[in-house]
Amino acid sequence: MALSHLSSTRSNRFLRPLAAAAAAAAASSLCRPISTSTEPLVIETSIPFTPHKCEPPSRSVETNPQELLTFFRDMATMRRMEIAADSLYKAKLIRGFCHLYDGQEAVCVGMEASINKKDCIITAYRDHCTFLGRGGTLLEIFSELMGRQGGCSKGKGGSMHFYKKESGFYGGHGIVGAQVPLGCGLAFAQKYNKDENVTFALYGDGAANQGQLFEALNISALWDLPIILVCENNHYGMGTAEWRAAKSPSYYKRGDYVPGLKVDGMDVLAVKQACKFAKEHVLKNGPIILEMDTYRYHGHSMSDPGSTYRTRDEISGVRQERDPIERVRKLVLGHDLATEKELKDIEKEIRKEVDEAIAKAKESPMPEPSELFTNVYVKGFGTESFGADRKELRATLP
Amino acid sequence: MDRDNRVCVMGEDVGHYGGSYKVTRGLADKFGDLRVLDTPIAENAFTGMGIGAAMTGLRPIVEGMNMGFLLLAFNQISNNCGMLHYTSGGQFTIPIVIRGPGGVGRQLGAEHSQRLESYFQSIPGIQMVACSTPYNAKGLMKAAIRSENPVILFEHVLLYNLKERIPDEEYICNLEEAEMVRPGEHITILTYSRMRYHVMQAAKTLVNKGYDPEVIDIRSLKPFDLHTIGNSVKKTHRVLIVEECMRTGGIGASLTAAINENFIDYLDAPIVCLSSQDVPTPYAGTLEEFTIVQPAQIVTAVEQLCQ
Repeated sequence: MALSHLSSTRSNRFLRPLAAAAAAAAASSLCRPISTSTEPLVIETSIPFTPHKCEPPSRSVETNPQELLTFFRDMATMRRMEIAADSLYKAKLIRGFCHLYDGQEAVCVGMEASINKKDCIITAYRDHCTFLGRGGTLLEIFSELMGRQGGCSKGKGGSMHFYKKESGFYGGHGIVGAQVPLGCGLAFAQKYNKDENVTFALYGDGAANQGQLFEALNISALWDLPIILVCENNHYGMGTAEWRAAKSPSYYKRGDYVPGLKVDGMDVLAVKQACKFAKEHVLKNGPIILEMDTYRYHGHSMSDPGSTYRTRDEISGVRQERDPIERVRKLVLGHDLATEKELKDIEKEIRKEVDEAIAKAKESPMPEPSELFTNVYVKGFGTESFGADRKELRATLP
Repeated sequence: MDRDNRVCVMGEDVGHYGGSYKVTRGLADKFGDLRVLDTPIAENAFTGMGIGAAMTGLRPIVEGMNMGFLLLAFNQISNNCGMLHYTSGGQFTIPIVIRGPGGVGRQLGAEHSQRLESYFQSIPGIQMVACSTPYNAKGLMKAAIRSENPVILFEHVLLYNLKERIPDEEYICNLEEAEMVRPGEHITILTYSRMRYHVMQAAKTLVNKGYDPEVIDIRSLKPFDLHTIGNSVKKTHRVLIVEECMRTGGIGASLTAAINENFIDYLDAPIVCLSSQDVPTPYAGTLEEFTIVQPAQIVTAVEQLCQ
C-alpha cells in the first residue's frame, strides 16, 4: 500500500513544488539542513474516505515540510516511549495494567494537528500517547507510570488515569465506554458556554457495543452537541476479534441518523483531514462519528501476549505495510525534506530524551503517606479522621 | 440558579413537565431549555454527561426521577463522580448534585421504593445528605450546589407535600452537621428523612410515659456528624437508631460501628438499630407498613433500652 502511494506522488509532478531545488541540493546532501519550510505541500491520502450520510472531505491534504517532520518526531517519540514502558513493565517498575498504543500513533498525532488546546479530548485507558500529544511531558508520564510524586496525577492515578486540565485532556478512564457520556458532558459545557470548540470522545471497537454509547449519541444528536465520536478500531476487543463481537462492524455507520466517516487510521494525514472536516461539520450540524481503521502491535495490555488470537504474520504484515511512522518516513525521504541519516539522528535524540526522562522519573520519590487522604474531598474535608471534638487527630497514618 | 450562571438542571421530565414530583416546576419557563434540560431515559448517559460538564466547571443538578433509577448510573457515580478528583491528583473537581426521591410509602412497589443510601455509602469521594423538612431541604440543596464536592441529596416521596414557614432571607445549612430536633436526657435517638416524623410521633407517647428522648436528625449520611452525635451520647449513654434503610449493610449498620468505635466508654447499653426489613417492598398497604419501622416499635425499643 505504501509503495503504490509513493509512486502516485512521484508521478504527480505538479504536487512537488520543491522538487527542483531539493533535487539540486540533494547532491550535496551532507550540507543541506533539514527542511523546516512552511511552503504548502499537497499529498494524497492512501485511500479515499468512506462516508455515511455526509459528503467526504477531499483526499488531497495540505501540509508542509515542517509539519511532516513534526509528525515524524512526535510519532517516533510516542513509539519509543511505549517500547520503553514495555521494558519498564517487564522490569516490574510499572505495575497493574499497562495498555500500549504503539501502532496507533497516527490517530492522536493527526488529531492534534487539526485542533487547538481549547478543544477537549477524552479517551479510555490507552492514553499515554494522547496525553503526550496534548502537551504532557515524558517525565510526567514515566513518573505517573511508576507511581511517583512527579506524575501528572501525583502517582495516584496510574496508567489509566492521565489528565491535563489546562490542555483540555480529560483522561484516562478505566471502565470501557464510560468516557463517552463524560465526553458528551464536555461538549454540553462547550455549548452551554458558547465556546466555538469541540470535544473528541475516543473509544475502541470493543466499547462500541456499550449501551451508554448509544444513549450518549442520542442525547448529543438531540441537543446538537459539538461532539465527535472517534472509534479507534484496532479490530480486537482484548482477545475478541471485531467480527465475533459486533453484528455490524461498520462502526462509522452505527450512528444511523448521525453521519459518519471511515478513515485510514494509520495515515496521519488522512486523520488530520478527517478531524479538520469533523470539527467544521460538528460546529454547524451536530455530532459525527469517525472510525479510525488502525492496529495495535502489542497485546491489549502487558498481560496479554497478543498472539493467541491473531497470527504473528498478521502483526508483522501490518508493521511492514501500514506502519504510520514508516509512511511518514517514506514521504519525507520521497520529497527530499531530510536525509536518512538526519531521520536516524532524530530517532537517536528521541531515544536519549526518553532514557533521560526515565532516569529522572526513577529519582522522583514515591508519594508521601499523607497523600493517601488528600484529594478525596475538596477543601481538605475528610483527609484525616478527627475525634468527636473535631480537634484531635485520631487516625494514625501508616 | 439566579445567582450562578453555571447551575443547570438535568433529568427526565424536569423541564416542560415540571418534574415528576413538581420539584422543578416553573424553572424551564424562567431559565430556558439549555439550563433546564429534559433528558431521554438514559440515566447512565445523562449522569455521565452531568459529571463531564462538572469537570469543566459547570454545576449541574442531576435528578433521578426515582432514586432507584440511578442504579443504572452506578458506574458513573462510583467511578467518575466519586473518584475523579483523586485519580486526577486534584486537577478536576466535580461540583455536581445528584438528587431524587426514594423511600417507602406510596405503595409504589419494590423497584420504586428503594433506599440507595446504603448502596452509595461506600463510594469514596462523595458526600451524602438526606433532607427531612422544607427548611433543611432548601438549606441543604443550596449548600450542595455551592459545594465543590459531589453531593447526593436524598429526598423522600412522602415528604414533598409538607408545608412550613421558612425565612425569607437567604440561608444555607451545613452539609456535615446534624440537626438537634428535640433535646433530652434519657436516650439519644438518631434518625433521618421520613423516620424523623415517626420518631417524633413516638416521642410524644414517650414523653407522656415519662421518658425524655433526645432526637437528632443526622442529615449528613456521609460523613457522619460524630461531633453532635458524640456529645449526645456522652450525655445520655444510650443510643437508638431509627432508619428506613434495610437492616443489612444500611446506614444504621455503619453508624452503629462508628459510634461503637468512638464512644464505647460512654455507652451503658448496646446500640439498638431499628431498620426496615430485608425484603423487597410489597405493594399491599398493610404489608408495606410492616416493612418499615412504626412509632409503636420505637416506643417499645426505648422502653427496653431505658430499663
